[in-house]
Amino acid sequence: MTAPPWQDGVYAALKTAGVKQIAYVPDAGHSRLIELAHADNDMHVVVCTTEEEGVALAAGAHLGGQRACLLMQSSGVGNTINMIGLPTTMRAGFLTLITMRGEWGEFNGWQVPMGQATETVLTAMGVHVKRADSKEDVVDMVAASAYLAFNSAIPVAVLFSQRLIGAKVFVKPEGE
Amino acid sequence: MSGLDRRAVVAELLHEPADCPGGPLLVVTGLGSTTYDAGAAGDRPENFYLWGAMGGAAMIGLGVALAQPERRVLVLTGDGEALMGMGALSTVAARAPNNLSMVVMDNGQFGETGHQASHTSLGTDLAAVAAACGWKTTMTVTTMADIATLRQRLRHEVIFAVVKISTAEVPRFLPPRDAAALSVRFRAALGIPAD
Repeated sequence: MTAPPWQDGVYAALKTAGVKQIAYVPDAGHSRLIELAHADNDMHVVVCTTEEEGVALAAGAHLGGQRACLLMQSSGVGNTINMIGLPTTMRAGFLTLITMRGEWGEFNGWQVPMGQATETVLTAMGVHVKRADSKEDVVDMVAASAYLAFNSAIPVAVLFSQRLIGAKVFVKPEGE
Repeated sequence: MSGLDRRAVVAELLHEPADCPGGPLLVVTGLGSTTYDAGAAGDRPENFYLWGAMGGAAMIGLGVALAQPERRVLVLTGDGEALMGMGALSTVAARAPNNLSMVVMDNGQFGETGHQASHTSLGTDLAAVAAACGWKTTMTVTTMADIATLRQRLRHEVIFAVVKISTAEVPRFLPPRDAAALSVRFRAALGIPAD
């Protein structure tokens, strides 16, 4: 029997942290979490047209007494810059899980500029940034980051490195 | 000058806010004049005013509506703010909460920044946009008699309404703007314990 994917542990950590709303702009690296969220009758799931919507949703969830998490990829961070100041202004906890592009083994150069700038941009906006490079670390890192975000009332981002999620394969290597 | 008086419209829409199923109406306003309008109609803890985060009003309203399914939520914003968050009209309609209505106060201009013409005076019909996004009940309101009807309907139904208002300037009214304080009192009014 194979071990369950690490994403199942991440989802369990979100549940333990009391997350009741999940907003997302789809990314292949988040597909398992998105499936789990949609299968969970005790989770409000909101697919967004752009990532800043998810930041605003989380602010509304806070006002209404619930905790939210935004799933996005690194390119989407650039779409959130003004809005992601909102949790700081409101002194509300905020958690986002970000799959990285444009670093480890990237095929598509269009993903590289925002991927390289992701951590800098988040930090510039006052978001606390953690980075998960291995499946051994990632579940604990999400659990601790959720605890930090919601109990210290600060915005926290966890970056899932491209090495962790695996670079997207566009073309099969020659010989396969 | 055509169009309704914005302060009269909002005073009517927010009149007797406790006359609402599930408890007093919860209101999220958009950056700019609708924040002033709602404050002028009577500051109350169930109002959350945006002083920034332009384009976020509808999604903040959705987050509140999902978290508080027994309460009614009104997103009250302007044409410029709604235009910036136009994708949210699709996102909210896709999620289809049964306790969220939205009113766009439309004067066809960016009043706060020098009265530049907005897209709603250049061809965009936000009620038609909302309908195309999947909002089942949309309307454009041009008379105070219909505002009185709208006040009742948006507390019982899911409505997207554009209200055509005058471009006339009204005295600025500044409600509280400390977002942390506004959050604390909003949550307290919902009975959420302080952290």
